[in-house]
Amino acid sequence: MILQIENLHAKVGDKEILRGVNLELPLGQVHAIMGPNGSGKSTLAQVLAGREEYTVSGQVLFDGKDLLSLSAEERAFMGLFLAFQYPVELPGVGNLYFLRTALNSVRKHRGLDELDAVDFLAYAQKRMDLVEMDRSLMSRSVNEGFSGGEKKRNEILQLAILEPKLAILDETDSGLDIDALRAVAKAVNALRSPDRTLLLITHYQRLLDYIVPDQVHVMTEGRIVRSGGKDLALELEQHGYLADAKDHTLPVGGTR
Amino acid sequence: MSTDIREFTEREYKYGFSTDLDTDIVPRGLSEDVIRLISGKKKEPAWLLDWRLEAYRKWTQKKEPRWQNVHYEPIDYQDISYYAAPKPKKSLASLDEVDPEVRAMFDKLGISLAEQERISGVTVAVDAVVDSVSVATTFKKRLAEVGVIFCSFSEAVQNHSDLVQQYLGSVVSNQDNFFASLNAAVFTDGSFCYIPKGVQCPMELSTYFRINAADTGQFERTLIIAEEGASVSYLEGCTAPMRDKNQLHAAVVELVALKDAYIKYSTVQNWYPGDAQGQGGIYNFVTKRGLCAGSNSKISWTQVETGSAITWKYPGVILQGDGSVGEFYSVALTANYQQADTGSKMIHIGKNTTSSILSKTVSAGHGQSTYRGLVQVHDTAIGARNHTQCDSLLMGKDSGASTFPYVEVKHPSAKVEHEASTSKIGEDQLFYCRQRGIPEEDATTMIVNGFCREVFKELPMEFAVEAQRLLSVSLEGSIG
Repeated sequence: MILQIENLHAKVGDKEILRGVNLELPLGQVHAIMGPNGSGKSTLAQVLAGREEYTVSGQVLFDGKDLLSLSAEERAFMGLFLAFQYPVELPGVGNLYFLRTALNSVRKHRGLDELDAVDFLAYAQKRMDLVEMDRSLMSRSVNEGFSGGEKKRNEILQLAILEPKLAILDETDSGLDIDALRAVAKAVNALRSPDRTLLLITHYQRLLDYIVPDQVHVMTEGRIVRSGGKDLALELEQHGYLADAKDHTLPVGGTR
Repeated sequence: MSTDIREFTEREYKYGFSTDLDTDIVPRGLSEDVIRLISGKKKEPAWLLDWRLEAYRKWTQKKEPRWQNVHYEPIDYQDISYYAAPKPKKSLASLDEVDPEVRAMFDKLGISLAEQERISGVTVAVDAVVDSVSVATTFKKRLAEVGVIFCSFSEAVQNHSDLVQQYLGSVVSNQDNFFASLNAAVFTDGSFCYIPKGVQCPMELSTYFRINAADTGQFERTLIIAEEGASVSYLEGCTAPMRDKNQLHAAVVELVALKDAYIKYSTVQNWYPGDAQGQGGIYNFVTKRGLCAGSNSKISWTQVETGSAITWKYPGVILQGDGSVGEFYSVALTANYQQADTGSKMIHIGKNTTSSILSKTVSAGHGQSTYRGLVQVHDTAIGARNHTQCDSLLMGKDSGASTFPYVEVKHPSAKVEHEASTSKIGEDQLFYCRQRGIPEEDATTMIVNGFCREVFKELPMEFAVEAQRLLSVSLEGSIG
């Protein structure tokens, strides 16, 4: 298991958002978490990535280590990656420079040599081709003035460059038209590997037509309430989440 | 980046050492006798002594200004020594004879007084000023071959008296303001550059200012003249030892650009900023002004102000020649208890004159940054244009930023635009960087450097690198 979440709770102020999440992700698999707005999916992603605004309890083992005791950057060094739902703009910070700084920082902590500008460019170009990234975006500031699709593609490029063990993709499909969705999905599929686990967070089944998961989990009101194979996504698409959440007669799986 | 920046972020003010130089220093206090003494030491002509005494008399009638948005205890002008000079062992026939201790001090500062071509291929001529006097000027001979005069102010007074007399005070008069009058009365040295007609200065010129002695003020004067069609890029850098008492630095810089001439003036100011509690540091109260005297001339100021306890200055341009251009690019950073009140004055007199102001202030810790600027369009300035942009970046809850733009327009054809923004380094931005494996301190530096990039790209390459390093040093420990 690359990730083992046990009874994870998270609050902002008095508001409890995660209410005992249990989830296990084996290395090399693709899992999806689906659920309605406000069910806590994005909070789960943020908490796992180390956002500090939350009061957190429970236990999370990442690659055997106590994840919750680590800072955001330490989690990144260990190989945890979050593709943001809303990628952040960094005015004046060149995209290529940002990527190289991030990669070298991570490499350094993994005991690898840092790449100089020339080596990095060669390294990055292969991955730009993989995600079909427009080269002109590399000399621009990080995400500044990027279209929605370009921002999402830039996230996947970062994933390709940083080569994490676990990548959480938070609503990477939102705001994409069908062509952009296909392109992003193609890139993500190319990044599937026995050494990498992907966790897709999404509202919609359509992403899962392109990136077929090994397992689907349903999250409502801060808990994983159901788990199943890829067909579960189709079932949800037809019947909706609410019916599911209220119908406690449905088998609740995936808690272990 | 990370090794470089980390190396520098872990360092405190690295220029804070003092050197034990045998120094000729006059007793504290200011009077006509002290001025006569200084003028005498420098063997100055009578006209210059008279000009100093006139300035002194004006100064005694002036009140110290109080409108600025910076706060400091009253300065006791009688408790400052107005002249300090490392004693030369003998008069210098060549650079090889520079006092080894002075040379060692500059080596430690990373400034080479040897006339070596830089590896990067950029050659820079350096005038090194310690306390009140210039100790060495490099590449003089090579510059002289194309007619460029680059020397200490004192030397210019001796050897080029006519030029000095013609231009001294022509842009900043000896009664311009309180600190300019004080400077005119007691200034001791500085740099002088003269670029003859049609000459593009073949190398960057720079002056490196170093305050070494304690309890002294530094009052230097720089005068740069670019004749018709001439151009020059000039850099100034400055550092001072760490001392727990404040020291006053009241300089005057005058630039004169004749027809079609271009002067680019860049400053990386890194005077000692005081300690983390706000004790000590330099008061950097400077008057800098350029005169675009001829048509289609251009003067461009770029400043990166990271040092000093207080920075208070408004490098400006008087746009007298038709079609002349004035530019001002500024980064001012205040951390700990530093204060800055800085900006620019653009005075449009000639027709179709253009000016632009780009100011970036960064405030961290208890730092207070103020942009203050004046754009004045006279009734003669048909078709004048100005664009001003002021951006402030705040870090932490105790820092502050203010903007005071003054606009006076007396011709209806003028186009004056002003944009301003204030932002905080967002948690979102920091988290994004950290999630990618960039530690918080490096991420902060990266975001601030990004914020300042438009200004840094105006600096000559080597200075741009130095400026980025200074920012990261100054920001150390100011996050959270």
